[in-house]
Amino acid sequence: MRHGKYRFVVGFLTLPLGLYALFVVWPFLQSIYYSFTDWTGLSPEFKMVGLDNYRRMLDDGIFWKSLRHSLLFAVVLPLVTISLALFLAFMINAGGRRRRGGPAVSGVRGSSFYKIVYFFPQVLSIAIVSLLFAFAYNPDSGAVNSILRAVGLGGVQPLWLGDPDLALWAVMAVLVWSTVGFFVVLFSAGMASIPADLYEAALLDGAGRATTFFRITLPLLWDTVQSGWVYMGILALGAESFAVVQIMTTGPGGPDYSTTVLVLYVYQKAFRDGQAAYATTIGVALLVVTLAFAAAVMRLGRRERLEY
Amino acid sequence: MKTTETPAPVPTGPELPVTKADTPSGPPPRRRGQGAVLNVFSHGILVIWAFMVVMPLLWAVMTSFKDDRSIFGSPWSLPDRLHFENWGRAWTDANMSDYFLNTVLVVGGSLVGTLVLGSMAAYVLARFDFPGNRFIYYLFIGGMSFPVMLALVPLFYVVNNMGLLNTIHGLILVYIAYSLPFTVFFLTAFFRTLPTSVAEAAFVDGASHTRTFFQIMLPMARPGLISVGIFNFLGQWNQYMLPTVLNTDPDQRVLTQGLVQLAVSQGYKGDWSGLFAGLVMAMLPVLAAYIVFQRQVVQGLTAGALK
Repeated sequence: MRHGKYRFVVGFLTLPLGLYALFVVWPFLQSIYYSFTDWTGLSPEFKMVGLDNYRRMLDDGIFWKSLRHSLLFAVVLPLVTISLALFLAFMINAGGRRRRGGPAVSGVRGSSFYKIVYFFPQVLSIAIVSLLFAFAYNPDSGAVNSILRAVGLGGVQPLWLGDPDLALWAVMAVLVWSTVGFFVVLFSAGMASIPADLYEAALLDGAGRATTFFRITLPLLWDTVQSGWVYMGILALGAESFAVVQIMTTGPGGPDYSTTVLVLYVYQKAFRDGQAAYATTIGVALLVVTLAFAAAVMRLGRRERLEY
Repeated sequence: MKTTETPAPVPTGPELPVTKADTPSGPPPRRRGQGAVLNVFSHGILVIWAFMVVMPLLWAVMTSFKDDRSIFGSPWSLPDRLHFENWGRAWTDANMSDYFLNTVLVVGGSLVGTLVLGSMAAYVLARFDFPGNRFIYYLFIGGMSFPVMLALVPLFYVVNNMGLLNTIHGLILVYIAYSLPFTVFFLTAFFRTLPTSVAEAAFVDGASHTRTFFQIMLPMARPGLISVGIFNFLGQWNQYMLPTVLNTDPDQRVLTQGLVQLAVSQGYKGDWSGLFAGLVMAMLPVLAAYIVFQRQVVQGLTAGALK
């Protein structure tokens, strides 16, 4: 397969690589360069200002606030989502009644129904989900507070998105709601491939369900959990958190910047305040956080790969 | 999903029944009791979560048939009658029809482009040895973990300078570029799993590289193309961040953007029922498609994470 090989390779790569370089790689590099300038984005003129933007960032209270929120997103969201998904997936795959002569551990009846339903939010746009919940959270006429009234908690009528202490958690709950199903399905597929005789042996040795889960299921699923963790963290730092915060919270960014996250702050600085260079500086910080997060998860989670 | 269980060969153990008639076979009573409790418990939990997933969606559908007064007065009451006019208003007055059309055009164009360009690059990277192969591959997949927003600030000006801002074809090109990392990653792995012998045979028979690719390799890669195609379709259909930044002309809005703008402008227009109708209108086709192509969708979306 020699002749014309290089011509073919070049011919096939030029278009995809060119498009990718122009719209993805080049803007990334430019971004890092711009963070050392005073570019406004409004006019083409700018000059180098060294580390001024970075100095300014370190003194910027809103930056620290949004960094804190982003870190909270990156830690809490994967933790809650993945724990809940593991729990539900284990219930689906091992919560079944033990049948006569059947396998030691079996799925609940209707397991495929649960998986289909849980996956619903995953196919919907996060923008639509955010709009829906913005209404549900409405303090006067929203679905959430009227449920509280209906069950006799009429005295408890939080402002949800209007309350600086609650808004961030209300937003996070929406992201959990919309992503759990994906991980349930993902982990279920992993659990289904764990050989049944491992469970059989554990149950014969007298292990309970909890022990079975922590000693067999989780270790064998560790690779999937870990990549899910990185995937969820990147979502929580990036596009998904942008959409929920921008659409749902007042401002956007919440009362008193209580829900501003890094990615939203970049957007606002660049496209609302005309401070493109400063925006790219915050963007570089976001890049550092994202890479550090991925590296930390991979490092902390490193274990010997188990073959089965 | 389910592994079909042939009745397990009777394990030999002391507790096993000797005759089927007097002792019931199966687990000893203690464990069966535990299993039953667990079973009720797990069903309980699973039903609660299913309920929590479905309720907001049903609530939206119900609300889209109510009039504005009862939406605010009693959020959970059933509609007094089915106000189909909400849907009509959303479709025509609120421009949902335009948003649908724009979305179909953008996603149609970018999906085809992503699959063609993605499979070309992936094929070359998977099957040909040349200097820089690894570098290009990692350049592509590196794009999966970088925060897109960082690139969007200069990208806005790049697109603007090329005269592509607020155009459908500009948005298509950007969608393709940002879909390539995952597509190339996924399809490279897929092409590596295909046997080389068929392509070699075609080549010996005098087919060119290009012809081998389009007539032999692409058809063979169909399952992979379907998975990654579904993944990209949903991602592009649901895209919000890219159009928000790069597509600010009201006439060119895609569905997600249009709905958000609608919600903002309802603040003074006050047509909430119409907005809910619009939301449900945007939700239903995707949900319906998911229910029909359930297996493929799940495979397409989880394929990347399982690798």
